[in-house]
Amino acid sequence: MTPAFALIAILTIASAVAAMTFRNLVHCALAVALTFVGLAAAFLQLDAQFAGLAQILVYVGAVAILIVFTVLLTRGGEPGNDPVFSARWLTGAAVAVAVFGVVAGCVMASGFTNRDAGNAPEITVKQIGEALMTKFVLPLEVLGLLLTAAMIGAVIIAMKDAGRKTRVEDGGWKMEPANPPSSILHPPSSSGGKP
Amino acid sequence: MTPLAGYLLLSAMLFAIGLAGALTRRNAILVLVGIELMLNAANLNFIAFWRFGSNPEALTGFMFVLFAIAVAAAEAAVGLALIIAIYRQYRTANVDQVEEMKG
Repeated sequence: MTPAFALIAILTIASAVAAMTFRNLVHCALAVALTFVGLAAAFLQLDAQFAGLAQILVYVGAVAILIVFTVLLTRGGEPGNDPVFSARWLTGAAVAVAVFGVVAGCVMASGFTNRDAGNAPEITVKQIGEALMTKFVLPLEVLGLLLTAAMIGAVIIAMKDAGRKTRVEDGGWKMEPANPPSSILHPPSSSGGKP
Repeated sequence: MTPLAGYLLLSAMLFAIGLAGALTRRNAILVLVGIELMLNAANLNFIAFWRFGSNPEALTGFMFVLFAIAVAAAEAAVGLALIIAIYRQYRTANVDQVEEMKG
């Protein structure tokens, strides 16, 4: 085990534990961004430069910012002094520990995992592009479709109810006026849903 | 160079932390973050097996990670949009309080 790997592992695991235990959600989001950076460093250690930089671009650049925005948009729902863990946290923690025990036991028992890597593969961006355009072109197209659908779906889900179309007598459609902002801030208790 | 077991143990540890967070945190955002951690642990496994495998020039594990990163980004966008929609409806992001369909 090299010192660089030990450093990366400690940083990644410590920031992951911090992300899952901090009370302040903004601190959690920043800690998880640090975890993503640690994983990108591990990818770079494994000679997967393209994947490591894609990890930084997508996770640190986009997903972490998305998480921070969601935290800020759902600010009012933060627990004041409520516990951050659910009532049956002991069961969840036991399940996680059991999963780690089983996986780690399997890794240790396997003879395959002691092997050392060969020489670093010479992977250029040109090769990656050629593989994406030939061997992996179908998954690439499906992925493009999926990203488009996910983007449209996310916008529709998070969009405000900007007026609802209702059928009127003469066969046409009528737009109901959008909810005024005050009704968004103070919804009527009947539609609040919470007993 | 670190042997394969080191990366696999790091990945297992990250997966366990993410699982514990997803199972025990009450805030829906943190549940989603736990799921992201688990996905990232799987990605680390893919890269490690690709690097230590017998034919890294085939780029299979590497490509799987690129596609998994894109799918995880789509998942995060839709999941966070759902959390915002739930927050608008219930005024909370606490998964314990959203129990309308509880039997």
